[in-house]
Formats: sequence, C-alpha cells, structure tokens
Amino acid sequence: MATPVSTPSTGTERVKRGMAEQLKGGVIMDVVTPEQAKIAEDAGAVAVMALERVPADIRAQGGIARMSDPDMIEGIIGAVSIPVMAKARIGHFVEAQVLQALGVDYIDESEVLTPADEAHHIAKSAFTVPFVCGATDLGEALRRISEGAAMIRSKGEAGTGNVVEATRHMRSIRAGIKRLGTLDETELFVAAKELRAPIELVALVAELGKLPVVLFTAGGIATPADAAMMMQLGAEGVFVGSGIFKSGDPALRAAAIVQATTFHDDPDVIAKVSRGLGEPMVGINVSTLPESERFATRGW
Amino acid sequence: MSDPRVVKAPVIGVLALQGDVREHLAALREQGADAVTVRRPEELAAVDGLVIPGGESTTMVKLAARFELLEPLRAAIRGGLPAYGSCAGMILLADRILDAPPDQETVGGLDVTVRRNAFGRQVDSFESDIAFEGLDGGDVHAVFIRAPWIEEAGDGVVVLGRVVGGPADGKIVAVRQGNLVATSFHPELTGDRRVHAMFADIVRSHLAEQAGEDAGNERGVS
Repeated sequence: MATPVSTPSTGTERVKRGMAEQLKGGVIMDVVTPEQAKIAEDAGAVAVMALERVPADIRAQGGIARMSDPDMIEGIIGAVSIPVMAKARIGHFVEAQVLQALGVDYIDESEVLTPADEAHHIAKSAFTVPFVCGATDLGEALRRISEGAAMIRSKGEAGTGNVVEATRHMRSIRAGIKRLGTLDETELFVAAKELRAPIELVALVAELGKLPVVLFTAGGIATPADAAMMMQLGAEGVFVGSGIFKSGDPALRAAAIVQATTFHDDPDVIAKVSRGLGEPMVGINVSTLPESERFATRGW
Repeated sequence: MSDPRVVKAPVIGVLALQGDVREHLAALREQGADAVTVRRPEELAAVDGLVIPGGESTTMVKLAARFELLEPLRAAIRGGLPAYGSCAGMILLADRILDAPPDQETVGGLDVTVRRNAFGRQVDSFESDIAFEGLDGGDVHAVFIRAPWIEEAGDGVVVLGRVVGGPADGKIVAVRQGNLVATSFHPELTGDRRVHAMFADIVRSHLAEQAGEDAGNERGVS
C-alpha cells in the first residue's frame, strides 16, 4: 500500500485510475451537442465524449479535426450529471491544458483527431485530469501507460461502423498479455525490449495477467452484438462513436447497447434488445480504405 | 449440518449491472465470504447480504428498472437484507438525493439526503485520511472519486466518518443504520479491508439472528 496521505491530494494515480474503474461495464457515447448528451444520459451511458464531429463525419468531410469549441463542451457539461470526456489531438498538450481548465472529467488523446505531433504523445502524468489513450497492441498500450494514461481503449477503426479492427486490437492486446504470463524473468527483459515498454510495467502485467489500468474497446462498434462481442473478448467497457447518432433511432439503439454490455454473456437478452432498432449506421469496408485514411495508424 | 460449530460462509452478492464489481468481489472473498454477482431477481434472492458498488448511479438505476430488479431490491432491503453501498451505492441506498436528474429513482432504505458529485468534478477527486468510528487500527485512507456526501441524516442514522480538512471539512462520508452501511469513498480501491470486514460481520450476525429465530420457531417459542 502507498504511504497514507494526511492532507487531501488530488490527481493521484489511484484517483485517476480509480475513476476508470467506476466506468467498467458501461458505455461511453460520442456526442456533439447538449441535446445528444441528454439522450445518452437518459439511455444509461456512464459518460459522454464531447467532440465537434463524430468520426464518420470527420471521414466524410475531411480537413483538420481539432479539440471542440469550449462553449460546446461547457454546454454539454451543463446538460448532464454524468462524467464528460473530451478529445485532444495526439501530442497537443495545450488542447489538454484547456480541456483540464474547462473541467472535463477525462481527456482522450485521440487518433480520431488530426495528430499535432508526429513524434511525441502528451506527457500525461503531470496533469490532474486523467487520460485515456488508444492502442492497437500490448506494446502501444504499455507505452501510453508509461506516459501516464490511466485508461486504455482499443483504437479500432473509428467512423466505419465496422468492428473488425477493434476485434484485431482486442485479440492482440489479450494475446500479448497471455504470452507475458508464460515467460520467466530473463525472458521478460527481452519482451520489454520487443514491446518497447518499461520492464517494470512488463513484469507487472505478467504478474497481474491484465493491464494495470482499465481496458475499454472503441472503434466501429455499431450494434448491441458488437458491444457484447467486445466484452466477451475481454473489454471492460465500450466506447461507441458514430454508431449511435448516425443510426435511425439513436435513443433506442443507445439503450440497447447499454443493456447488451451489461448482459454481454446472455444471448437471450442480446437478442431481445436487438429487435426493432431501425437502421444501423452505414458501414465502411476497412480493407478498401486507403492507408492515409486509416486513423488506427496514427500514434505509435 | 451435523456439527453446529461449522458455520457456512455467508453468500454476499455484488450488484453487477455496472461499476467496480471485481474489486468488491475480491475484498469480500478476503473476508471469507462466498462472493457472487447479482444481475437478476433470482440471484438477489439467493444472497445473505448485498454490496452496491461504485459506478454511475444513473446507469445502475436505469438497468435495475429495465431488468425488473428495482422492486425486488427495495423489498429485500425493507425485509432486513444487510447492504453496503460505496459511492454510487450510497446514492442508490439513499431515501433522498440532490443534484440528480429529476426522474432519478433510488432503491432507498437509508434515511439520508445525499448530494451527487458533491465534491466537484474529476479534477477535484482526492484521497485523504479520515477518522472512522468503530474500526480498530486508526484512520482509514479514503479515495473519493466524483464522490457524493451526506447532506442530512435522520435520527436513526449513526455517523461513522467525516472529512477532515480541506474545503469539505466535516462533511458526512460514512454512515450506518441498522444493517445498512454506506461510504462516499471506495475502500475496495485500497488494500484496507476493514470496512468490508465490518460489513461481513454484520451479514454473519444477521444470519446468526435468523438462525436463532428459526430454531426458536421450531421449538414453538415465539
């Protein structure tokens, strides 16, 4: 146990990681207006992600995607009582400073926005507000944790409505963790080198059999069954981006995804909540996406 | 059971609709409890005590209503089922809540008024030592995450802990009323198991009382 802190301390590692622990088993929804935030809260979201355009629109419209307008973020914070997250560009530490000053509860240093730095992620430990970061494999997850991320999510391929990349990333992270459990101490040093991650973190994951922070899934989740599949693959919760507000009946679909996440191991419940949801978002076949339009390759 | 001295481990459920369920299960198992998850009415009916974990109270209460668990929870707690709520769990056990969406229901049972997110947003979340009545071994190191506090407690409620120092000095953050316990903070996130041990003792005492009543009934004693 850590040494007792006699005066109240904010922004500790335990408080940051502990916040993500409270979100487990829940669904975090992308919203672009206070009205959408309210719909998400009413549907049972554990948090909302405030952004200026959902990933599907970022894809369609192109251009540079940045942190949202502070007025919009404040409007969303004012509209709901659940936690509000917001996205900053990879490496854009000033966007992160602004988001912290606005009082957001979690910052997503996100590949969905256009990266602001091609070599450096934000040094996240120094902030009071916690960060979530995307990862495609175990090494990437551990590098983000070593920079101070208090929560990890799969990257998936946002804005496609296609869960195939999230599946790949969840399986890859899980396989990486399992493999570490089979290694002895000397082999862990080599694994750390291969993973390009600190040996202390690598050894800790080998011992725990899981990441030392909460692992969610994100990127392409569009149906209750998608969410439940990710949970069965080891996700501890779900981010849904374009999948809700680009569908025919957002309120109904949002509630259904929340219910399927809680009862992810009960096909009868998933079948029940999947009925009559109307049109899902139109999907994109990831294999036809040119490399330059793939968000998951941003960050390293 | 042939040997009356062999006491069965109490079955303690953790409401598993959403939240930090795993940490509570682990803490309860360390206290010798048979810890199980509860998502359905029939699972609730099989437990000797219930923990409502930390998480998002609005989400938990909506899921409980949607899956027909809210009324069974109310009935169980009215019927004397020991329950412990941490953070969101405290909100669910409260009879009255403030700063919640207007339609937010609770399970209720605790005669208190709880203010949601009372300490502020996540940047205000903190850890600190607090004095805790009735626990041996000194102060409890408490982790508060977007935590609620108790604005007002009824006459039957015993205050167990208050914040010491800082802007929220003196705010009530731990209470007990009969078989119900609630904390604003998350003992499941630290290695200190004394709050879970206290709750496991409450569950064991309740079981022993029930066994005594049953034995009394068998002998024709009312």
